[in-house]
Amino acid sequence: MQETTPPPGATAPVFYEQEEHAHGDGGTLFGFWLYLMSDCLIFAALFATYGVLGRNYAAGPSGADLFDLRLVAVNTGLLLLSSITYGFAMLEMDKERVGPTLKWLAVTGLFGAGFIGIELYEFAHLIHEGATPQRSAFLSSFFALVGTHGLHVTFGIVWLVTLMVQVRRYGLIADNRRRLMCLSMFWHFLDVVWIGVFTFVYLMGAMR
Amino acid sequence: MSTVTEPGLTRKPPDHGGAHTEPHAHGAHGTFRSYMTGFVLSVVLTAIPFWLVMGNVLNDTLLTSIVVMAFAAVQIVVHMIYFLHMNTKSEGGWTFLALVFTLTLVVITLVGSIWVMYHMDQNMMPMSPHEALQRP
Repeated sequence: MQETTPPPGATAPVFYEQEEHAHGDGGTLFGFWLYLMSDCLIFAALFATYGVLGRNYAAGPSGADLFDLRLVAVNTGLLLLSSITYGFAMLEMDKERVGPTLKWLAVTGLFGAGFIGIELYEFAHLIHEGATPQRSAFLSSFFALVGTHGLHVTFGIVWLVTLMVQVRRYGLIADNRRRLMCLSMFWHFLDVVWIGVFTFVYLMGAMR
Repeated sequence: MSTVTEPGLTRKPPDHGGAHTEPHAHGAHGTFRSYMTGFVLSVVLTAIPFWLVMGNVLNDTLLTSIVVMAFAAVQIVVHMIYFLHMNTKSEGGWTFLALVFTLTLVVITLVGSIWVMYHMDQNMMPMSPHEALQRP
């Protein structure tokens, strides 16, 4: 302590934060953003795999034979709707209204569940027709990419339900707001990945 | 400053403070208007590629591919701005820097993989679909 005591007459330097931080969260949101970026690299690897193997049909069915674009369009709509309803939940959270927040979160979860339901139906249909992941390199990479995205959405729904219980029990406390903001980024990020999936896999695959 | 001398008394906890004192201090979540703008743009940017492919409007696979990918790129930017609230200033610019770094890696991964593997395929012996079926 002796060394840090300023000599008489000197002004002790006072440090305080001048920059305004966007969130009083100790950097959690930025950390979660970095996680999302690493997740982005996982999807990049899967997209690259699909890009390389996506035409190796091994004399099996191609995307044009298999994909039902109407189903994909419905699925895209569901995911897009779930993105906007999650946005509405965040707006209600800003207004500190627990009831409407929970309602919009529930709607988001239902849209997400609908997305997963249709995707599982599609997978079941493909496997029933013999287009299993073992059939060709195209199908292996297809199931790996789309399945990984579906798993993300599934765990997003689990997270969403968990947070709904938390908000119902403890209200919109600081911790829950932070968690909801993290899930918000996660959910919108999955929608961004889906843009790549429906464009690169489904639309371009159906044209071949 | 009083905050320096009496921190415990005057400093407000950042998040437990009054509910309505600073409703927008928790980060830019956007407004109803910005969410709707993003949503409408996304619907349009999704509908057009589906229409192009399902209706076979352009009658040209390569041209349709390029147009569809362009729409996807624009839609990703729309989502980033209106839903993920990306800007160059949040967290002192580090969020944006992380995104740029990641996008660089993504482009290297995608372009590099497809480029290298395409050239390796060129060096493979040609194989008919029938031979491919008999392959061990």
